[in-house]
Amino acid sequence: MNNTKNIMIVGVGGQGSLLASKILGYILTNEGYDVKVSEVHGMSQRGGSVVTYVRFGDKVYSPIIDKGEADYIVSFEILETARWLPFLRPNGQIVTNTQQIDPMPVITGAVQYPQNICEKIKNLGVKIDALDCLTLAREAGSAKAVNIVLLGRLSHYFDISQQSWEKALTANVPAKFLELNKKAFVLGKDSVS
Amino acid sequence: MKELMLGNKAVARGLYEAGVCFVSSYPGTPSTEITEEAVKFDEIYCEWAPNEKVAMEGAFGASLAGKRAFCAQKHVGLNVAADPLFTMSYTGVNAGLLIVVADDAGMHSSQNEQDSRHYAIAAKVPMLEPSDSAEALAFTKTAYEISEKFDTPVIIKMCTRVAHSQSLTETGEREKHEKTYEKNIEKYVMMPGNAKKRHPVVEARTVALTEYAETSPLNRAEINSDKIGIITSSTCYQYVKEVLGDKVSVLKLGIVNPLPPKLIKDFAAKVEKLFVVEELDPIIETFVKSLGIAVKGSNILPRIDEFSQNMIADAFGEFVDAPKNANYTQIDDPIPSRPPVMCAGCPHRGLFYSLKKRKCTVLGDIGCYTLGAVKPLGAMDMTLCMGASVSASHGFNKMLGANDKNVVAVIGDSTFVHSGITGLANVAYNQSNSTIIILDNSITGMTGHQQNPTTGLNIKGEPAGKINLEALCRAMGFNRVRVVDPYNLAECDAAIKEETAANEASVIISRRPCALLKNVKHKPPLEVDKAKCIGCKACMRIGCPAISMKDGKSVVDTTQCVGCGVCSQLCPKDAFISTK
Ligand SMILES: Cc1ncc(C[n+]2csc(CCOP(=O)(O)OP(=O)(O)O)c2C)c(N)n1
Repeated sequence: MNNTKNIMIVGVGGQGSLLASKILGYILTNEGYDVKVSEVHGMSQRGGSVVTYVRFGDKVYSPIIDKGEADYIVSFEILETARWLPFLRPNGQIVTNTQQIDPMPVITGAVQYPQNICEKIKNLGVKIDALDCLTLAREAGSAKAVNIVLLGRLSHYFDISQQSWEKALTANVPAKFLELNKKAFVLGKDSVS
Repeated sequence: MKELMLGNKAVARGLYEAGVCFVSSYPGTPSTEITEEAVKFDEIYCEWAPNEKVAMEGAFGASLAGKRAFCAQKHVGLNVAADPLFTMSYTGVNAGLLIVVADDAGMHSSQNEQDSRHYAIAAKVPMLEPSDSAEALAFTKTAYEISEKFDTPVIIKMCTRVAHSQSLTETGEREKHEKTYEKNIEKYVMMPGNAKKRHPVVEARTVALTEYAETSPLNRAEINSDKIGIITSSTCYQYVKEVLGDKVSVLKLGIVNPLPPKLIKDFAAKVEKLFVVEELDPIIETFVKSLGIAVKGSNILPRIDEFSQNMIADAFGEFVDAPKNANYTQIDDPIPSRPPVMCAGCPHRGLFYSLKKRKCTVLGDIGCYTLGAVKPLGAMDMTLCMGASVSASHGFNKMLGANDKNVVAVIGDSTFVHSGITGLANVAYNQSNSTIIILDNSITGMTGHQQNPTTGLNIKGEPAGKINLEALCRAMGFNRVRVVDPYNLAECDAAIKEETAANEASVIISRRPCALLKNVKHKPPLEVDKAKCIGCKACMRIGCPAISMKDGKSVVDTTQCVGCGVCSQLCPKDAFISTK
């Protein structure tokens, strides 16, 4: 009945997830879908765990995504992938950066950063597409382009033309960084995970 | 064409289209973007006020002058502005006056989760509640019509999920609505004799507004079932539709004060079982019960936190054929939490380290510096509401000051102007031996970098008046006023030691701009000389997110480090070196 698709974008405050959701919102609106994008501003930006919900379909009601509902989880950081895993629906797809960023309780030594998170998720039978986006972003010209590398990767799973993606990039990133971001997009898209 | 628009931006667009001329607000999540978006329209005069009460009174003055006016605040901001609100209900308005209050069920960025609908009821003013961006825009425009038609300020209640969600919204043209100012002592001078005559006007207005709510298109019944009926509003409507779709009948309320008794009775008569889905307090539910109608609500859904679609599915599973919540999976390892932290290079860090070292009792306040309470700093004893640090430290010192000379209040620059100055007046007047530390990072940091009366710039970043904090404190009678650089630990330590020991009240201004401000020049990042580092972890005591331990030695994340050098002042071996 309800054909709404759910994408969750998760990461650490300051990693650029707002631009990723902005581009997704733009492209999905242009494709003619009803779209809702929901994000939490404020406190969570200071290095905390952040999450953005993107939902699209014929008619979208709720602006948020609940446990067991996400068709895609796009993650900027591997611990965040593990944290939000319960939100993935059965048979959903994860697209994740393999980068590790230690949270304060790990820095202070109060707790350990879990090891081999990718493997553990794979062993649960979950579809996970993991790549080192930071290295690819640097290759494109800036560590800040991790978000666009991830979007490039995500584009595999959507029936949206390369042209539309490029148009969305052009409309949403400053002109002087456009080439860099286009390169980051292609690197993410074409890399072998 | 429809545009994907943030709820708060849609309110701003509504202000533009409704011909609003004056916006004055104090920032507060999740309301801040309304004013930040409104300022992009040249036709609207916008400003950051020192606090919500000042903002609301400014908006009242603008309405009196005949221009449509607006102010926005978060839920706790309405506590501060409650005083003008209650009496503006009596005076009514000249040109339309709209107040947005943004609630934060779930406390994403707040110190409590109070339900602002109580204010509309108590102040006897109409309150509208949109459920998405398109409604946020439309309701904003309707609010001005209601305001002028019924001669009342109107409140729109937003919540985090409406304010901070984008949905498709259609825009229109700007309209012109202006009035002239006419002197009217009986209406606008609220002294007992006049107020006595205004109170019946308020009561009659509520009757008229109730009549309006019975037939307004803002309230709408969607009849799909004669079994289950749900009365709901705001984002809860979206969760109900998401999960139960057309399997239930819904009475969607866009006006949550006053509530429409006839409409509710008619709706209740059409269904076998009646429910209310509302976040936080059972306000609609209590009203429905007062009409003698049986209803379920707070017994199937919690009174704390925000709702979600899974909660609706769980609550209604036994009454309707609701979709089952999906199974989900997780890894076995415990997942470390990732709380927000003071940024690398945050000027608050050095000061809090010194407070911790001196084992001070710290009466805190609200802002980025509240993170000084977080481990490993843990240097805060109390946080209540904006301004309370100064006033509470006065009370604390009056009672315990003779025994405990180690008490300080810490308050940010924006918070100090918001409501710290009045507390400081009490310290000056009633003479407690308090030490007040103003953390002047030249910006309102917590809410995302808004200018304030101490920064010298206005909301557009143009030159503006600038309050001189030292001169202000001296003028209040403080002899001991000193400025320290929080990147200099020795200086902070000496100031705290001397000022807390002094036999009179004192003010320390810890001054250095927020490390995230664009115009701030940073030194090159530091790195650790592995040969020198002995792994003593002295540098870990400041809780800098750029420093961690790898293989028994400190390492600096050079992408985060801004070279503030606080860590190097703790290192016994001078192991931190510049990357330059
Ligand atoms: C009455 C009220 N209004 C607004 C807020 C939202 N708020 C929390 S902290 C803060 C300002 C903090 O600025 P400042 O005191 O300069 O400290 P900084 O964050 O820059 O360290 C605001 C506006 C609030 N909590 N209470």
